[in-house]
Amino acid sequence: MERIPILRMGRILLVTIQVDMHDQLALALQDDLTQRIVNDRAKGVLIDISSLDVVDSFIGRMISNIAAMASVLDAHTVVVGMQPAVAITLVELGLTLEGVRTALNVERGMALLQAAT
Amino acid sequence: MRLRSAVRERAVAIGMGLVDQTKIITAASELGRNTIQYGGGGVAHASTVVRGQRRGVRLEFVDQGPGIADIAQALTDGFTSGGGLGLGLGGAKRLSDDFDIASQPGQGTRVTITRWKPF
Repeated sequence: MERIPILRMGRILLVTIQVDMHDQLALALQDDLTQRIVNDRAKGVLIDISSLDVVDSFIGRMISNIAAMASVLDAHTVVVGMQPAVAITLVELGLTLEGVRTALNVERGMALLQAAT
Repeated sequence: MRLRSAVRERAVAIGMGLVDQTKIITAASELGRNTIQYGGGGVAHASTVVRGQRRGVRLEFVDQGPGIADIAQALTDGFTSGGGLGLGLGGAKRLSDDFDIASQPGQGTRVTITRWKPF
């Protein structure tokens, strides 16, 4: 089955979402990520969405869920790389990504996580 | 996913900017998911339309599902009958210029949206 790779840098897990997400892939990512947070004792999760042209409410909900699960497991989540057109559309759609921190790019996101952990 | 590229193709064809493309594709994604999840599947149709000097992309979603009893309620943000965020229908309406929904219990649902290219 297709899966989204999770990389580790120190205590931070890196996830780059490049493909269009569908339900099964999203669920697999939630499973894998929560497992890795526990196994790797990660303190932070960085989700890079810079290659997503479209973020709809389904992907938004998945990101919020991941952040909530990570938070319960004592890890911070930062979403980075959102395209400007996606940001405009998300706000109009009414999606607030509650509980999710964002940063402009991977570098700033890493800095944010390193400061928090 | 094929729906998204079909919508993008038409938006690009009439020279729509990136933000407007993203909005109409996102609306398509929301409505397409509704058609599958709540309507039990159906037909989506994307076309380019002309009104006077203006050009736009029109999308139509038709399903033969259970229909919607209370359309105003379905359009309310946060209302969902199926465990979603309840943003799909209202969000798609905000992301389009023209929005039309026709539905009756047991009769299926037809949603038509248009986004016009700004001058």
